[in-house]
Parts: sequence; C-alpha cells; structure tokens
Amino acid sequence: METLRAYELMQTIRYFEETIERLFLEGRVMGTAHTCIGQEAVAVGVAAALEPRDALTSTHRGHGHFLARGADAGRVMAELFGRETGYSHGRGGSQMMMDPSLGFYGANGITGGSIPFAAGLALDAKIRKSGRVTVCFFGDGASNQGVFHETLNLAALWRLPVLYIVENNGYAMSTATAHGLANTHIADRAAGYGIPGERVDGNDFFAVRDTVARLAAGIRNDGGPALLECLTYRLSGHSRGDPRVYRTREEEAEARKNDPLLRMEAALKKDPAISDDVLAARRQIAQTRIDEAVRFAETSPLPNPAALQGSLFA
Amino acid sequence: MRTVTFTQILRETLAAELRRDPSVFLMGEDIGVYGGSFGVTRGLIGEFGPERIRDTPISEQALTGVAIGAAVAGQRPVIEIMFMDFITLAVDQLVNMAAKLHPIYGRACPLVVRTPPGGGRGYGATHSQSLERLFAGVPGILIAAPSNAADASGLLQTAIRDNNPVLFLEHKLLYPQRFEVDDNLPTPIPFGHAKIVREGTDVTIVAWSYMAHLARQAAVALADGGIEAEVIDLLTLNPLDIDTVVESAKRTGRVMIVEEGPKTGGFAAEIAAQVFEHASDYLEKPIRRLASPDFPIPSAKNLEAACIPSVPEIVALARELVG
Repeated sequence: METLRAYELMQTIRYFEETIERLFLEGRVMGTAHTCIGQEAVAVGVAAALEPRDALTSTHRGHGHFLARGADAGRVMAELFGRETGYSHGRGGSQMMMDPSLGFYGANGITGGSIPFAAGLALDAKIRKSGRVTVCFFGDGASNQGVFHETLNLAALWRLPVLYIVENNGYAMSTATAHGLANTHIADRAAGYGIPGERVDGNDFFAVRDTVARLAAGIRNDGGPALLECLTYRLSGHSRGDPRVYRTREEEAEARKNDPLLRMEAALKKDPAISDDVLAARRQIAQTRIDEAVRFAETSPLPNPAALQGSLFA
Repeated sequence: MRTVTFTQILRETLAAELRRDPSVFLMGEDIGVYGGSFGVTRGLIGEFGPERIRDTPISEQALTGVAIGAAVAGQRPVIEIMFMDFITLAVDQLVNMAAKLHPIYGRACPLVVRTPPGGGRGYGATHSQSLERLFAGVPGILIAAPSNAADASGLLQTAIRDNNPVLFLEHKLLYPQRFEVDDNLPTPIPFGHAKIVREGTDVTIVAWSYMAHLARQAAVALADGGIEAEVIDLLTLNPLDIDTVVESAKRTGRVMIVEEGPKTGGFAAEIAAQVFEHASDYLEKPIRRLASPDFPIPSAKNLEAACIPSVPEIVALARELVG
C-alpha cells in the first residue's frame, strides 16, 4: 500500500467516525457505535502489512479495521443506518459485520469474543497449509478476559499462525489501564506462553506496518503466534453519550498533539514531492467518499422484517 | 441384527464420519490416547491421528471458540465437552458467536458439541446437570437428545452433516446400555421429527434422552395394569416437533412430560404451554410435569435417587392422570 493511499484511508476512517458521531447527535442513526478516532494508524498500518489471503478479526470498535481492509464505506454506513444494503442487511449494526471475501471475519460485540475464533481460523489455515496469517484485534480491556489466556496458551501450544494485536488505547470503557491491569505492559504476557511479545507506537503508521510485516513473516514461516501491543489513545469517547468524566480535557488536549494523522502528515511532508495541496486533495477524496456513503445509506431501502423468517439456520 | 452399547455406536458413527469427510475432526479434553472421559473416542487416534482426534488443554471457552472459527472457515469440528456442567464455561462462544453466525452475519457454522448430561452416577451437583434448558431458549442452536443407540447414530450423522451448531446430548447412563441395532449403521435421521415409540390411547408421555428410555419401561409396566400409554421420544428439542405431541394429546386427552432437570424454568414447561395453546379443548386433565425438584443434584445414592424422576414415579403419575 503506497503511503499516500494509507493517509487517504486513515482520513477516510477519521471522517467516517466523525460523521457517525454527528449523525448520532442529529438522531439520524440509532443504536450504538464505538468510534476509533485516534487509532487509525493501527488499523491502516496492519492492513498495509497483510496479504489479501490473510484473515482479520475485529472488536466492538471495528469500523476502522473493516474500512482499512477494503470495506465499502457505503455498506458499512448502511449497516449503521439499519438498511438492507448494509453488510449484515441491518441485522448486525455497528458491531456485527463480516465479509470473508475481504478476509474480514467480523467485528464482535463481546469483549474478547473474537480471540478464540481467530485461533480457529488459524487452525483451519494450519490444517490446509494455506499460508494464511490471521490477525486478531482486541483491546486492553479484553486482555483481562480469561479466554485471552486460554487461547494464547492453546495457540502457542499448537503453534497456530495467528498474530494477536492488542490496541492499548489507555481505557477499557472508563477504566484506565493502570486501574485495570496489574501489569500495564501487556506485551509482557507473551512471555508466559513462550511466544514473541512486542510493543510498538500505535500512532506511527510506519512503525505499525513494519512491525506487523516482520511478525507476520515469521508467523507465515511456521513461527507460531505472536503478541503485539500497539500503544495508542482513543480520542473519542467510549461510545455515543460518553461524558468522559474519567479523564481530563487537558489530558485529551495533550493526546491530540500525538494525533496519528498529524504525525502521518508530518512524515509524508518530508518528501518534497508531497505538498499541502497533495494532502488536501487526498482529504477531499476521503471526505467525498464518506459524503457518498451517507447518501447511499440514507437512500437505501429498509430491510424487510419478513426476511427474518426462515433465515435462522443455514 | 447385533447388540451394541450406546458408546460403541457413537464411536462407530464418529469413525464413519471421519472416514467420509476429511473436513471432520474431533477436539476435546482427553479424547486422544485416553479416549474420552466415557471412552467414546477410545482407539480413534490410532486410525485418524492426533491432528483429527485433537486433545486440548482444559479450556472449554477457547476450544469452543476455536472450533467455531474453524467451522466458519470450512472445517466440520465435533467437540466434546466432558460433562455438560462444563458447558457453562463455553456459553459465551455458543450463545454470542455460534448462534449468531447465520441469522446475523449470514455465515454457516457446521459445529457439533457432544456432551453428557444427567445424573444417576453419584457424581454430584457439578457433574450431573441437565442444562439443555439454557440453550433451548437461544435461537440458533439445534439440540439433539437421543435415548437409544440407533437414534444416536442417525442423529449424530445428521448433526455432523448439518451446517449449523448442534448441541448433541449423550446421557451418561446410556453409554453402557446395550441396544439391538442393524449390522450396518442406520441412515441419518432428519431433525424435528419426534417418534411415537409406543402407541397408546390413555395418556401421552413426552420425554427425551434418558427420560425417554425410562418412559418406555414405564409404559410396559402401565400396560400390565391395563393402561395404554403413548410414549413420544422427541429426539430433538430444537427443532421441536410439537405437532406430533399435539396430535397425540388430542387422541389421549391426557399429557405428562418427563424432564430430568429441575421443574422450574424447564423445557417441559415450554412443551406444556405449546400443547395447551394448540389442544386445550381436547384435554380431559391438566397437563402434568414430572421433573427433579428445584435443588442441585446431591451426591449420595439415595438423595440423588430421591431427586431424579424414576420409572415408578412415571407409572404413578400416569395412573393418577388416567384414574
């Protein structure tokens, strides 16, 4: 993935999430959604390092992962609008979308729910000897679920081709990592299972991309699983209506200085061929894509309740 | 014809399915060299190897989630949860993932979860429960509960070939029981068809799993006393073949349901409600349930026996209904 394209994707995710927050405030979207504003470099850095055959599982905060993996923004938006054209035909909402043709095996409404599921995809890859690497996103909060430990043990034991990526964004809903983790260095937990554990600056697209590429190559080469901790910060609230009483506005202002988009722009502009105009043009492309996504979603038909009948089982 | 144990026909059926379809594999705790806690998979590792008879750590949630992921990717995992009580550790993956895959995400999940429910062995309160009620109220999980060897084989074949999550109950008291079966394995039995295992005109007895086994014995005893009981073995709880039950209720006018789990909130209540909705005008007596008391299954033999429905209790309740 060329870097300008990566920048455009990060901006697409940012605009998508900002738009969603606005649409909630305006009452045009119902239900709930968890936005990933401030975490875009993780999603796009990982996507840039993977091959098309690779698999990805996501979390409740999954729009960015899905868009980075090539999802159609209009169909993601339509899912949030509860429309027939959404990825789950309006049945899933923000947290339940899947498209195996993109190697995207689902956002997941249960914290840590995709951790064993991803190991299952990896077991399938091992059985088929397909060379596929599965990446499993989860959060610092999910690292405290029992299933995280059960699965890391099992994945290490069976040397499954899976890369566990914890997006440590500082907060499990309102609980700061220091209040929820006895050891806030989550990558350390890899040692308990005898697998590589690394930590990377999750707001640095290039660092994420290069680290994931290196770890994925090792995994693909029958290296067994690994755990990568991406340090980032959720600039948005946990979900709609989060009053953010658990942190100060000063802390947020400080975090904004480390906005992954600002850092990406600064890095790109070191190339004399990339001017402000070039970046502005990319932002425009991203903005247009989101505007079109909203139009597509709002003009899409509602799903037909009658279609639920007879669709419970395969 | 030949005589086999429930355990033996399950093992033969698993082996046949493993031979038939290379995407089928087994996974569970101590199922390899050890052969499973109840010996169902004993010897299979010799033919199929440790990749397809896959031992796991004691991690029910992880192994269930791994199976679901593999299933969505195109494998056909058959997992064993050593005692049904332990399925509580895997409920999240079954309820929030497996059950949602087709209706919400639009993806098939060909998964079979084999597990033994039930008491009668003095194993105590956490190795004796019948927890099918937890899943009967979750749309998206099929439930099979055979009471004999032939049905177990036919239903297990269907379960493995089906593209949905199936909870497959193997009552632990059935494992050593011997049954007459054909020399060849039976053909797959479609889900959602209850069996009238004995015809009768006086009272309808509805049951599944081991209680259906007991209900059959009770019907023989009842016949000796001049009462002709119609015994319906549900075979599957989801889909539930309520039509067969309702038609029988209309013929006999008297219905009792036997459930091994505690009475409150049990599946018998669901059956009773549906029978009442569809056949209340035909009922000569109120629908009755025979179930365990609302108490954990105790360990001591006499205490356990006092809790779990028995043949004499089935007979007594049927006589009360008819008399």
